[in-house]
Amino acid sequence: MPAVSLELGLLLAGVLFVLGLIGLLVRRNIIFMLMSVEIMLNAAGLAFVVAGARWGQPDGQVMFIFILTMAAAEVSAGLALVLQMYHRFQGLDADGLSEMRG
Amino acid sequence: MLTLIWLIPALPFAGCVLLALAGSRLSRRATAAMGVGSVSLSALVSLLIMGQFLLRPPAGGAVTQTLWTWLRVGTLAPGMAFRLDPLSLLMALVVTVVGALIHLYSAEFMEGEAGYSRFFAYMNLFVGAMLTLLLADNLLLLYLGWEGVGLCSYLLIGFWYKDSTNGAAAMKAFIVTRVGDAAMAVGLFLIATQLGTLTIQPMLAQAQQVWPVGSSEATIAAALLLGGAVGKSAQLPLQTWLPDAMAGPTPVSALIHAATMVTAGVYLISRMHALFALAPAVQLAVAVIGAVTLLVAGCSALTQWDLKRVLAYSTISQIGYMFLALGVGAWSAAIFHFMTHAFFKALLFLGAGVVIQALHDEHNLFRMGGLRRELPLVYWTFLVGSCSLAALPLVTAGFYSKDLILWYAWSSPQGRVWLWLAGIVGAFLTSAYTFRMVFLVFFGEQRGVVSHRPRLRMQAPLVILAVLSVIGGFVEIPAVLGNVPLFSVFLRPVLPEPAVLADVGSSASLMAVASVVSMAGILLAYALFLRHPVLVARWAASRWGSALHRFWFAGWGFDWVYDAVFVRPFRRLAQLNQGDMVDAGIRGIAWLTAMASRSLTRTETGHVRWYAMGVAGGAAIVVAILVWL
Repeated sequence: MPAVSLELGLLLAGVLFVLGLIGLLVRRNIIFMLMSVEIMLNAAGLAFVVAGARWGQPDGQVMFIFILTMAAAEVSAGLALVLQMYHRFQGLDADGLSEMRG
Repeated sequence: MLTLIWLIPALPFAGCVLLALAGSRLSRRATAAMGVGSVSLSALVSLLIMGQFLLRPPAGGAVTQTLWTWLRVGTLAPGMAFRLDPLSLLMALVVTVVGALIHLYSAEFMEGEAGYSRFFAYMNLFVGAMLTLLLADNLLLLYLGWEGVGLCSYLLIGFWYKDSTNGAAAMKAFIVTRVGDAAMAVGLFLIATQLGTLTIQPMLAQAQQVWPVGSSEATIAAALLLGGAVGKSAQLPLQTWLPDAMAGPTPVSALIHAATMVTAGVYLISRMHALFALAPAVQLAVAVIGAVTLLVAGCSALTQWDLKRVLAYSTISQIGYMFLALGVGAWSAAIFHFMTHAFFKALLFLGAGVVIQALHDEHNLFRMGGLRRELPLVYWTFLVGSCSLAALPLVTAGFYSKDLILWYAWSSPQGRVWLWLAGIVGAFLTSAYTFRMVFLVFFGEQRGVVSHRPRLRMQAPLVILAVLSVIGGFVEIPAVLGNVPLFSVFLRPVLPEPAVLADVGSSASLMAVASVVSMAGILLAYALFLRHPVLVARWAASRWGSALHRFWFAGWGFDWVYDAVFVRPFRRLAQLNQGDMVDAGIRGIAWLTAMASRSLTRTETGHVRWYAMGVAGGAAIVVAILVWL
């Protein structure tokens, strides 16, 4: 099996993570922000998988399954909050929600 | 009988406590009875003890009664102990007798005043503290009495506390005497650490053994005690409080600021005379302070228009005589003058009180006049007191005591011609200002209307004190006039006889000079203030005359100097520090915390993206630290 080199894998993971972060920071729509978080989670999972492949250990894949589970839980809670937010504020703009500023 | 010593101070203290506790519920009659009674009983006990002492003198000429040990610190264990020797007994007798007479007078004088029981409580407390001071066997107990009389002086000067000037005068008296008291306290510390005891007799014996004559320790200790004496006795340079102290009721001026408390300094020095003999430089300073004070105050007395202030300056001047006597080693002469002065100055103050009350609280000499027909009894008694103060030859007590001082200023080895000269000039000033007062108040045309006449309780003390002002001098008659040295012989066990130089000339000629000078003063006062008042007015209106008049009137500008050097800079400093410098630092910390909180609060924007940015930035920094450090 032609192995993907560790460097390339980690580079891809890093690029995905930064893309996700940029998306999180620049997007104002809460759905897109959740999707960006999802991308960042997957970038982290990718890094685990690549590292596991490099050392021939199963730990990386185990960690990825944990991340998938966690992401699923996060999405379910997140989507419920998004629905609540839409009901309360008639919109999905995250910047509109700043009642808790100091 | 001698075991009753403790009753002498305890009776007035008991009176004070009772009046303080029950005063508001008692009638005026009961209050007066209690206030006057306690001091009178104390006087009676003193008289009985004096009689016992004269008939059957105790072994060693002194009795010590230790009630209990006051406190014990290491080897120092001052007791609540009273020592009765001729000096303390004599002074206690004078204080209680004059005090009782003044209390009797006050019972009527203060009749219409609010705070009648408060007045008597303070007065009793004063007498008790003064007797503690006099009878104390150790310096610590003496200091307790010393501060006690200072407190009562403060309370009684500010008796009419609703007028703020009275409060200011009380505060001034308290603070100025405090300067001297601080010096005295340091002196006590020095004595306690160097000599290991504060009990007066062993301490003096120890000092004579340990400290050679003129040694620096003895000089410093004596100088510090002199500081206390100067403050309490209103001598230069701490004399400024006494004229202002006249803001108090007149009986207070008579008791505290003429007869008793202000002579506490004289008592202290004569009590510690063995220590002062070890420090000739300080003893000379005592004489010089006395001589300068008596001249300065005499000149000031000549220009005052307030009857009570004339008497206040006169008191300062007369205590100057006592200091002069102490300075030349004539200890018993100083105590003799204390006694006669207590009689005639208390009399003059009480007479002045009657005059002031009769004319509706009029203090101005120039608005009095002609009162000798309206108030004959006061006139005659006041005249007797004035003659005694002016040292009218042969018939008055003041003559004998002042003459004794002048004689020793001339003839003692510590005496100097210029000290004697100062005394003679002072005698001239004394008779001049005294009779200026007499002529302005009782002679000439009548200006005020007499609205109030003294009754029995005010008349009796005047008469008794007038009698004492005459016969009080006959206990010590100099050799040329009959040689009756009863007084100095009585005090001899405590106060040694001063040495007299051999070739000093006769005391009779000195006495003649003093007599002529005092008569000349009276004649001058007669000529200037009764016959030709125009002359004085014209002189006072001239340029130099008015400048000198203002200078003397203001007490030689001491108040002005102290105001400029101490009071105003201190006030400015206090004003600068109104916000309290130390607080500024603490407030700075609070301000810094508040500012930090406010700026951190600003980062809490409520925008979730901003928080995400914070988390990412923080993570980046942590990673950077992990990787590169």
